[in-house]
Amino acid sequence: MTGALWELFFEGLWITVQLMVYSAALAAAVAFGIGLARTSRFRTVRFLSGVYVEFFRGTSALVLMFWLFFALPLLGWQLVGIWAGTLALGLSYGAYGSEVVRGALQAVAPAQREAAIALSFTPGQRLRKVILPQAVPEMMPPFNNLLIELLKGTALASLLSIGELTFQAKLARLSTGQSAEIYGIILVLYFAVAFVMTRIMRVLERRAKASVGRAVPKGEGWFSRKLPVEKQGPEALATGGKP
Amino acid sequence: MPEILKGLWITIQATFYGSLVSFALGLVWAMALRSRSRWVTWPVSIFVEFIRNTPLLVQLFFLFFVLPGWGLTFAPLTTGVIGLGLHYSTYTSEVYRAGIDGVPPGQWEAATALNLPRRRTWTAVILPQAFRRVVPALGNYVIAMFKDTPLLAGITVADMLFQANSISATTFDYLEPITVVGILFVVISYPTSLLLRALERRLVR
Repeated sequence: MTGALWELFFEGLWITVQLMVYSAALAAAVAFGIGLARTSRFRTVRFLSGVYVEFFRGTSALVLMFWLFFALPLLGWQLVGIWAGTLALGLSYGAYGSEVVRGALQAVAPAQREAAIALSFTPGQRLRKVILPQAVPEMMPPFNNLLIELLKGTALASLLSIGELTFQAKLARLSTGQSAEIYGIILVLYFAVAFVMTRIMRVLERRAKASVGRAVPKGEGWFSRKLPVEKQGPEALATGGKP
Repeated sequence: MPEILKGLWITIQATFYGSLVSFALGLVWAMALRSRSRWVTWPVSIFVEFIRNTPLLVQLFFLFFVLPGWGLTFAPLTTGVIGLGLHYSTYTSEVYRAGIDGVPPGQWEAATALNLPRRRTWTAVILPQAFRRVVPALGNYVIAMFKDTPLLAGITVADMLFQANSISATTFDYLEPITVVGILFVVISYPTSLLLRALERRLVR
């Protein structure tokens, strides 16, 4: 392994991280938008957002990416590779995230909502001051999982010839032919990024829990991705952590 | 269209065999992680976390380019099935874990009281109770795997996306084939997930 090869990898790693950050931002926006829409009072809004979720969860992220990159230009829009990747990842992981948001919003005790109404808060105040602060800590562990899924999803962008980590590995392999070393190294690089992200998310989870005065459980292992939960409900069993 | 349907058949085969591999391996990981020896639980948990936290696509490339170098030459589809099965086994192991944890501790104690050997405890007491709770969740991963099969196009498996790409390459029509493939995915995975939800209501109360 030469220095130039490492440079190639770190260039790719940087694009991978950018891709992850952009699409995570888009996914978060979509998740909150659609998640809130799914708890709306209006039937039409609920229905339309439901259609969005089922559609984007139903189809494959890679096919969506290909569609945005290869098919959309025929309808008159040509996207730069990295934006096609960001859009595809953001829209599909946003759909998964919206289910997390919806679940967390619905898990807030109904009495809290009633109390806010009794205090004659406007719907906006109710959401901002009462519902969200309690729902957000609930969302953190599943968001952590989703973020890792998203990171892994960025590898798909290599098939659109975006110069991220996986694509650079492909180039490196073509020039040196050392498949095992090269793919081994980038697997470790992906793992390292995932590991750092889980740590950061865990800190955020602790902060969010502490901010609403909830006890933070101790004694998690280095290799577990979530803070330990007291009890796993049937929902956790049903999804098993992955969307 | 006939080419895409041919691709669909490959996609379904990959999903089916990949599921079988992941169901079997997942159970192996889940049981190994409950072992009393650290020499078993440590390597397995590191392996499982590593596979879970790295992209399936890169794992597929790894297998596709490296296995022949080790003297193991498989058809692309076989390599794909190994990759999918291995990747998803790390998810199904979590499902089994939750299912096994859901078996009341009294059942373990009862098996000990009856002096059942460890193997009989697993096969006759714990697993039959765990499986019922686990079926719908495993089904969810089958759908997830189905949606990940287009990655196999990256290692030259002639799945739906591969077929769509080769049609596009000859006709220069990208819009139609890829749209058809995308819609086929929704058309198959949505009813399946509805079915699973119904099954879940029955099995897990």
